[in-house]
Amino acid sequence: MIRLILAASMAVVLSLPARAEINIQEVTSPSGLEAWLVEEQSIPFLALELRFQGGAGLDAPGKRGAINLMTALLEEGAGEMSSQDFAIAVESLAAEFRFSVNDDSLSISAKMLTENRDAAVALLREALVAPRFDQEAIDRVRAQVVSSIQSDAKDPDAIASQTFQALAFGEHPYGTVKDGTVESVTALTRDDLVEAKGRVLARDRLFVSAVGDISADDLAALLDTLLTDLPAEGAPMPPHVEYALDGGITVVDFDTPQSVISFGQSGMTRDDPDFFPAYVMMQILGGGGFSSRLMEEVREKRGLTYGIGAYLYPMDLAEMIVGSVSTVNSRVGETVQVVQAEWERLAADGVTAEELDRAQTYLTGAYPLRFDGNGRIANILVGMQMDGLSTDYILTRNDKIRAVTVDDIKRVASERILPEQLHFVVVGQPEGLNPTN
Amino acid sequence: MYRFIGSALALTCACALPGAAEEVSAFTLDNGMDVVVIEDHRAPVAVNMVWYKVGAADEPAGHSGIAHFLEHLMFKGTDDLDPGEFSGTVELNGGSDNAFTSYDFTGYFQRVAADRLGLMMKMEADRMTDLVLTEEVVLPERDVILEERNQRIENSAGALFGEQRRAVQYLNHPYGIPIIGWKHEMEQLSQADALAFYDQYYAPNNAILIVAGDVEPDAVRAFAEEHFGPIPPNPDLPERVRPGEPPQLAARNVTFSDPRVSQPYVVRTYLAPQRKAEAQQSAAALTYLAELLGGSGPTSLMGRVLQFEEKTALYSSAFYDGMSLDPTTFGLIVMPVPGRTLAEAEADMDRMIARFLEEGVDEAAFERLKVQLRAGEIYKRDRLQGLARTYGEALTSGLTVADVQAWPDVLQAVTPEDVMAAAQTIFDQRKSVTGYLMQSDSPVEVTQ
Repeated sequence: MIRLILAASMAVVLSLPARAEINIQEVTSPSGLEAWLVEEQSIPFLALELRFQGGAGLDAPGKRGAINLMTALLEEGAGEMSSQDFAIAVESLAAEFRFSVNDDSLSISAKMLTENRDAAVALLREALVAPRFDQEAIDRVRAQVVSSIQSDAKDPDAIASQTFQALAFGEHPYGTVKDGTVESVTALTRDDLVEAKGRVLARDRLFVSAVGDISADDLAALLDTLLTDLPAEGAPMPPHVEYALDGGITVVDFDTPQSVISFGQSGMTRDDPDFFPAYVMMQILGGGGFSSRLMEEVREKRGLTYGIGAYLYPMDLAEMIVGSVSTVNSRVGETVQVVQAEWERLAADGVTAEELDRAQTYLTGAYPLRFDGNGRIANILVGMQMDGLSTDYILTRNDKIRAVTVDDIKRVASERILPEQLHFVVVGQPEGLNPTN
Repeated sequence: MYRFIGSALALTCACALPGAAEEVSAFTLDNGMDVVVIEDHRAPVAVNMVWYKVGAADEPAGHSGIAHFLEHLMFKGTDDLDPGEFSGTVELNGGSDNAFTSYDFTGYFQRVAADRLGLMMKMEADRMTDLVLTEEVVLPERDVILEERNQRIENSAGALFGEQRRAVQYLNHPYGIPIIGWKHEMEQLSQADALAFYDQYYAPNNAILIVAGDVEPDAVRAFAEEHFGPIPPNPDLPERVRPGEPPQLAARNVTFSDPRVSQPYVVRTYLAPQRKAEAQQSAAALTYLAELLGGSGPTSLMGRVLQFEEKTALYSSAFYDGMSLDPTTFGLIVMPVPGRTLAEAEADMDRMIARFLEEGVDEAAFERLKVQLRAGEIYKRDRLQGLARTYGEALTSGLTVADVQAWPDVLQAVTPEDVMAAAQTIFDQRKSVTGYLMQSDSPVEVTQ
């Protein structure tokens, strides 16, 4: 057997990886609609991402679930086409339209072939501008939504996250589920859905990115064809909401072998001056991969779980730090103690220079690897626009990561990592806990 | 259409596979290791994968889960690397890595900047032969896989139901045993079990290197020869022959009840042929059959009739995936509307099968499918890692690079008559397994 001499070379951190070479054009249509474009002609299709800010968070009072149901109905018939006519038209063009919504945005992800792009755009326009909301489709899709709500009520993962959100945000849309309740969804009328569409599908909420086989001129024309017939303004955005949960442990009794645990505390906004130190800090505490402190302590050393993570979660209207882990009921007490201890250690001592160096190397190296694939790039670009970033962010982002120091993180950890505020929601039949509920 | 996400139905998309459009080259090292290179120069990224032609269906009796356990332990160090140092080194180079185990393969991959490829191969070559394990790392890792089983299976009524159905489907073939293992056997897995499995199966003549991304085939060949080339083949590699299924003579039924079930449904599966080297036509016809019966909700037969016209089903689907070393399954699902029993849902399913056999293929739907399958080849080229996985799965499932590249043409050559012939063969009631997932009577308490 050949002996490989690995150790020496592996300790060396090689030169920095290549930069992402993404050439973003800012396109403005004749009517004034804006989009970011990356031209990529090697594959004959276009990935188009539309986002409408506000999303299901714009549900009118008492109408929780209306925007979610409306979103699911956008592909259920439009103009002269029934649900099935619309599906046949999409299939005939081999286009792909995905409609989804969360409490911050309504997303439309479209893929269309160059050879029939105009026809695909015309079809998507019908869905956005003239959805039918036939009673037959409303009733059929509503039954599916109700079934999904009932399934979530027996799913420990859904129970854990929904309970946490309710405790943290109460009556604000963030505190309830975008699907609505069985009662609220059952009560929705066609008029509610028409109104829900007007609240969110409006031009003043819109962000667009396009990546693929299209020129800037053609994209400008496409934007006007697709979007000018949408209303100019949507409903006012809901207010910002303060995270309102103290430290403690809430147990939801549920008969299942493994407890599912959501944990978290208050967070920070995306434009906070300390965002980058906090982002690198959270990578070290609970970031992806196998080397975070939480993975090391909870999984690698003790075998308490298959996976654990924690991260900054800045939404448009509130900020949290959230994490999740699951472990067999008999080991929940130990798992919670380890997480609490890691929270305390970080708040008290910050991180080491070696940990910082590793995290910076990983984060700066991994960043350009995200930009592979038209669909992935389109997704990143629309997210950047929603975060208020400029196109040159891609070139400066790694410098911001590299500028973070051990002292920055020590200060941010002592100010923002709050062990006394860390709250756990445990769904299962855990042992070894002293619940506070 | 509202999508049921994560409802443990394990649906399979019968999407098109890539054709010869992407630039693919393949060669074999002197020690028998196959290499496939997929070029895509749009971004300075490379995916490095090592696939072993061994999976859960190759495990010794009584040691279920050992293939997957070994996959975890492959990150626990070699004579040159400390436990965790493999992934740590990948991270230090800005990359990410992971691994996966199935019935027919075990795969390891890193996603890195293209100029780190040599280092990745060096480390993969190291752990192909020089794995070092200690009790200190093996025992906590066994707890990790038990927690993985808890998370994926024990906490999900749908997953437990699927495990029971599979055990009934395969009386004799190891596809009836869960990939992650039966819990009581996982609890007994040892370091010695893992090393015995490793010594038997991890060798260059049982491995495939797949590199995709911003790479040149000549450079990949040079790295592969440098790092994997010196490793000798294992002359004692066993042939991959698993126990076969006896003829199925009686329909089988499984009823599973659990308080955590909210939405009951009925699933039917039939043993079905897989894609075979130079003989993929039956699988291609079954791919169409699944789409025509239960692909698109609004336009497939089951969706159109049961969900849209009769409104007896909340959801319905048909599924088939031909990528498998040994015979696979063709399946149907009907989730009835509230108030309708599973027996009625099963009758609806049977009625749709009978109607399809009587009415034949909807020609317009058939032509739309062909268009979609062709377009799928274009869209798939956008997802580099998916392309690499397609080759890995095919080459560990008895297919060749030529089979993968022929598949789009095989699909385009299918005729409605082929689909009807496949349907006539598959739908034999005596050869069916029917499962009911039901709510148990005791209501679940969810209180704070």
